[in-house]
Amino acid sequence: MTSPSFTKAAGLHLLVIMSLFVLQFVLPAYHHLAIARIMVLAVFAMGYNLLFGYAGLLSLGHALFFAAGLYGAGLTAYHLGWSVPAAFVAGTGSGFLASLLVGLISLRTSGVAFMIVTMMFAQVAYLASLYFTTYTRGDEGLVMPDAARRFELFGASFDLTDPTVRYNIALALLTLTTVVIFAIVRGTTGRTLIAIRENEPRTLMLGYDTFRIKLKALVISGTLSAMAGSAYALLFAYVGSSFASIQYSIDALLFTLLGGAGTVLGPLLGTVAMFYMIDIASEYTAAYLLVTGLALIALVLFFPKGIVGTIRERWVSWLP
Amino acid sequence: MDLGPFLLLATLEGLLQAAVLTLTALGLSLVFGVMRIVNVAHGEFYMLGAVIAWWTASLLSSNPAAGFFLALVISPLLVGAIAYACERLILKRLEYDPEATIVATIGMLYVIQQTVLIAYGPDARPVEAPFYFRVQFPWFGYSGYNLFVIAAAIALLGICWYILTKTRLGLIMRATQFDRETAQAFGIPVGKVYGYVFAAGAMLAAIAAVLIVPIRQAHYLMGLDPLLLSFIVVIIGGLGSLRGTVIAALIIGLSDGVISVFFSPTLAKMISTLLVALVLVFKPEGLFGARAR
Repeated sequence: MTSPSFTKAAGLHLLVIMSLFVLQFVLPAYHHLAIARIMVLAVFAMGYNLLFGYAGLLSLGHALFFAAGLYGAGLTAYHLGWSVPAAFVAGTGSGFLASLLVGLISLRTSGVAFMIVTMMFAQVAYLASLYFTTYTRGDEGLVMPDAARRFELFGASFDLTDPTVRYNIALALLTLTTVVIFAIVRGTTGRTLIAIRENEPRTLMLGYDTFRIKLKALVISGTLSAMAGSAYALLFAYVGSSFASIQYSIDALLFTLLGGAGTVLGPLLGTVAMFYMIDIASEYTAAYLLVTGLALIALVLFFPKGIVGTIRERWVSWLP
Repeated sequence: MDLGPFLLLATLEGLLQAAVLTLTALGLSLVFGVMRIVNVAHGEFYMLGAVIAWWTASLLSSNPAAGFFLALVISPLLVGAIAYACERLILKRLEYDPEATIVATIGMLYVIQQTVLIAYGPDARPVEAPFYFRVQFPWFGYSGYNLFVIAAAIALLGICWYILTKTRLGLIMRATQFDRETAQAFGIPVGKVYGYVFAAGAMLAAIAAVLIVPIRQAHYLMGLDPLLLSFIVVIIGGLGSLRGTVIAALIIGLSDGVISVFFSPTLAKMISTLLVALVLVFKPEGLFGARAR
């Protein structure tokens, strides 16, 4: 594991995390908030990438897992008055259960059918969030009261309405996700995932239980996505149906494709690029989805490997 | 209260829904069957059909009937041309890779939807029906136009069935569907066939939309529901099976009509979506489809 390429790759990731930490002292307020949001969304995209980029499974239902985290954390904190850490665990836990259940059923299919099945499960979840509108307030959504956003942990007290606290919690989650993904990808599981992506029948023939490995990837991916959802609900104090819609699953796909599917840092870079692209476009037009659409088409046509994927292919072959 | 009138109304509304759904789903099924790609932008071709119908009809607003029948010709032709251009410019270059085409058609969905939003605006606008008369049932009068839509859908289905099974054109399509390489070897211009099939699928959706637009209005977000319902129909019916598509559209249309009258529409949608996902998991070839080779 301690080959030169490992040292270089680990160093690069450490550098990225460190620069994000330093960045918070120089950013103006608007971009400070934007980067905090981007880091949470990047956790979602990185979780998505483990399944799509490494295992080669195109899911159009990841909004379901994000929403499981969002509602798992949001509803327990809002209605039951759970503290922030407990709500966070509840959100992440519901994402774990949801991904285990969806995985057990949907992984019986493959290819296009897998895509349609995951999309339909997510659509059911979206409709459910509208149906139980007494608790979720549907499209209008819930806004967390400030009291539900203060908590104490290990004797220290935190206030999530404080931008610095939010930024650093988001950074901590991003760091954790990067470490988890990096470890998986560099380890045997990552190699078997890539083997499944490239040639599943042969991997099966070599004696690997491909169903089990795919399920493992889906559960880790779903749990990370739910972690991002829980963090989103608690950090930015809003829980609403729009986060469960198909649009949100497609966003994760878009971030991943733009940055480079099958690279550790790609989804982060893709999220940053897409977030600011939409941000700038929406100054000129309300129809910012036009940018999303054109970006998707241009990406699959001319740039299928994404930013980091292309860099890796041309210049820096040691990127994980 | 008497149950009879309710059931009759639900049946008629269900039949109307099934008629439109059959045409839309048939387009999707044709594209999937022959080209092996999932066209996520299919609902947007439906929406385009409705919006272009409004535009055409508004040019001839003095005479609603002439406006409607002009729309019935122009709208499918324009939508077909747009779909053909999309196929040649985008899908062809992706070499019909299943995942890349899904991503590309999602992109097309957003581009079409947002372009219509910019050009046409967020309002829902109606097209006037070409004629008005009421068919008097024992309990209530029912719009004659709705019955015309059902009849038109049945006629179109007959034409499609004839083209697919009895003509040389249908033979070429079936040959391409069955074995692309061999068809190519026998001199069938597979690329051209793909372009025309993609356009034909979009045209079927556009025709369905023109037929429905005097009843429901044209709106830039109207494509999502038909897309999901068409997915459901195509999956339950079995991919590429004409008979399956018609039967599934009847089941879905009628049950949607009945459940929406008696229960919550959101609950009805949740249940049918979940059922379809499970059909796809446990019987991937659908009710009438042949098992994939």
